[in-house]
Amino acid sequence: MILMEDVWKTYPNGVMAVNGIDFKLDKGDFVYVVGPSGAGKSTFIKMIYREEKPTKGKIVVSDIDLTSLKERDVPKLRRKIGVVFQDFKLLPKLTVYENVAFALEVIEESPDNIKRKVMDVLELVKLKNKARMYPEELSGGEQQRVSIARSIVNNPELVVADEPTGNLDPDTAWGIMEIFEEINNRGTTIIMATHNKEIVDATKRRVVAIEGGRIVRDEQQGEYGYES
Amino acid sequence: MKARTIARHVREGLKSLVRNGWMTFASISAVTVTLLLTGVFLILLLNMNAIASQIEDDVEVRVYIDRSADEQQMDELKQQIEQLPEVDAVSFVSKEEGLENLIESLGDEGKAFESLRDENPLQDMYVIKTDIPQDTVTVAKHVETFDYVDEVRYGKGTVERLFKVVEVSRNIGLVLIIGLIFTALFLIANTIKLTILSRSKEIEIMKLVGATNAFIRWPFFIEGLLLGLIGSIIPIVVLIAGYNFLYSEFNAKLTTMFIQLLPVYPFVIQLALILMFIGVFIGVWGSLTSIRKFLRV
Ligand SMILES: Nc1ncnc2c1ncn2[C@@H]1O[C@H](COP(=O)(O)OP(=O)(O)OP(=O)(O)O)[C@@H](O)[C@H]1O
Ligand SMILES: [Mg+2]
Repeated sequence: MILMEDVWKTYPNGVMAVNGIDFKLDKGDFVYVVGPSGAGKSTFIKMIYREEKPTKGKIVVSDIDLTSLKERDVPKLRRKIGVVFQDFKLLPKLTVYENVAFALEVIEESPDNIKRKVMDVLELVKLKNKARMYPEELSGGEQQRVSIARSIVNNPELVVADEPTGNLDPDTAWGIMEIFEEINNRGTTIIMATHNKEIVDATKRRVVAIEGGRIVRDEQQGEYGYES
Repeated sequence: MKARTIARHVREGLKSLVRNGWMTFASISAVTVTLLLTGVFLILLLNMNAIASQIEDDVEVRVYIDRSADEQQMDELKQQIEQLPEVDAVSFVSKEEGLENLIESLGDEGKAFESLRDENPLQDMYVIKTDIPQDTVTVAKHVETFDYVDEVRYGKGTVERLFKVVEVSRNIGLVLIIGLIFTALFLIANTIKLTILSRSKEIEIMKLVGATNAFIRWPFFIEGLLLGLIGSIIPIVVLIAGYNFLYSEFNAKLTTMFIQLLPVYPFVIQLALILMFIGVFIGVWGSLTSIRKFLRV
C-alpha cells in the first residue's frame, strides 16, 4: 500500500525533517508512528498524501508513483486516501450530515449515492441521531468522529491520521480507537501518528519510531517506548 | 459539466456575493458607474460617427479651375488629382451645369439668375470625393499647389470641427473609461480575494478529499462573473430608456436638418450586449487575477 525508498525532506528554510527513510506498509495493515516532538512524524505523513513533496527519494502509494505524479493528478491520489487531523477541520456552518456529504459533493458524487454513503458512515461512527447538529454542539470526541466519517465516506483504501486523539481525554480517545479498529477490520489500511502511550502499549500493533527524521525502530506488536 | 454541478457553483458564487456585503456592493457600483459612462460615450460617439457619414456626401473638395486654362491643361490637372492616393473619384462640373444646379436649388428665387446664362459668373470645377472623409483636408491642401487651380474649397468648418470633436471626445472617453475599468477590476479582484481568504478552510478540505482544481476555482470565477453581470443591469436599463427618450425628443428636429440618429432598434440591443460583455469581461478578469494570486491550487 505504501512504499518509501530513501526518502528525504528538507524544508525551504533549511530544516531537515526527514533524513533517509525506507518504509513499507501492506494492504490492510495498521501501524503507529511514534517519536518525540519535532522528530518528523507529521512530515513523514504529509508526504504520503502529497501535502509535502520529498526532496529526494521514491514514494509509491496505492500503486501511484508520487515522484512522477502530475499536479493535476493529485486529486486521484487524494480520493484513495482519508486524512484525519488532531484539530478535526470541520466546517462550522455545516451540520454533521453536511460536513460528511461535503467530501462527496466536491468530487461530484451523485445525490443518491451521497445520501446512502453518508448515512452508512454516520451509522458506523454512531452519530446518526446527531446528523442535524452543528459541530459546536458536539463534544470533542463526537467532532472527531464526524471528521473520521468524512475521511472514510468515499471508501478510501488508506486512512492517514495525525494524532487523532491528541485533543481528547483518555476515555474519549478509546472510543475513537474503537472506530479505527472497526475501519481496519473492514480492510482499510491505517497509519497513525500518536503520542498516546496507553493506547499504543495496549493494542499491540506494529510501531514505527522516528527520531531526527530517521526510523530508529520498527516492531510488529511493539510498544510506545517513551515516557508519556 | 453536469447541470447539478453548475447549479452548485452558481449557488456557492451567490452565497459569497451575499456574504461579502459591502465589498459586493462596492464592486457592483464600480461596474455600474463604469458601464454607465461607457454607454453614454458609446451613444455619443456612434451617433456622431453616423452623422458624420451622413454628411459625408457634403464632404467633397471643390476645385475651381482658372479661367485661363485650356482643355489640355484641364485634363492634365485632372490626371494630377486622380494620382493622389486619397482620391476616390473626380468629376467635372462645367460652369453651365453649375449655374443650372444653382438655379434649380433655389427654386422660384432662382429665376432671378436666368439672366446670367449669357454672362456666366461661375467657373468650371472638379469635384473630388475622397476614400475617407478625414482626407478632404489633405487632398485640398495638395491640390491648392497644382497649376491652373484658382481656388479650392471644402466643408472646412463643419467637417473639420466635427471630426475634431469626435476625435477629442473619443480620446477623453477612452482615458476615462480605461481608468474606471481598472478601478472596477481592482475592486472585484479584492472582493474575490476576500472570498478566497474567508473560504480557506473549505478550500483546504476540498483539496484534501480530492476535488479537482477546476472544481475549486469555479465558484470564485462565477462570483466575479456575477459581479460584472449584475453591475451591467442598471446601465443597460437606464441607457435604453435614455436613448429612447433622446430619440423621440430630438430625432424629428434633426431630420429637418437632413440628419438622423441611429434608429433605436437594433442600436439599443447592440449597446446592451456590448455593455453586458464589458461587465462580464471586467468581472471575469478581476476574479481570474485573484484566483491566480491567492488560490494556490
Ligand atoms: N512547513 C514547515 N516549514 C519548515 N519547517 C517545518 C515545517 N513543518 C515542520 N517543520 C520542521 O520540521 C521538523 C519536523 O516537524 P514535524 O511536524 O514533522 O514533527 P512531528 O514529529 O510531527 O512533531 P510533533 O510530535 O510535535 O507533531 C521540525 O523541526 C519542524 O520545525
Ligand atoms: Mg506532528
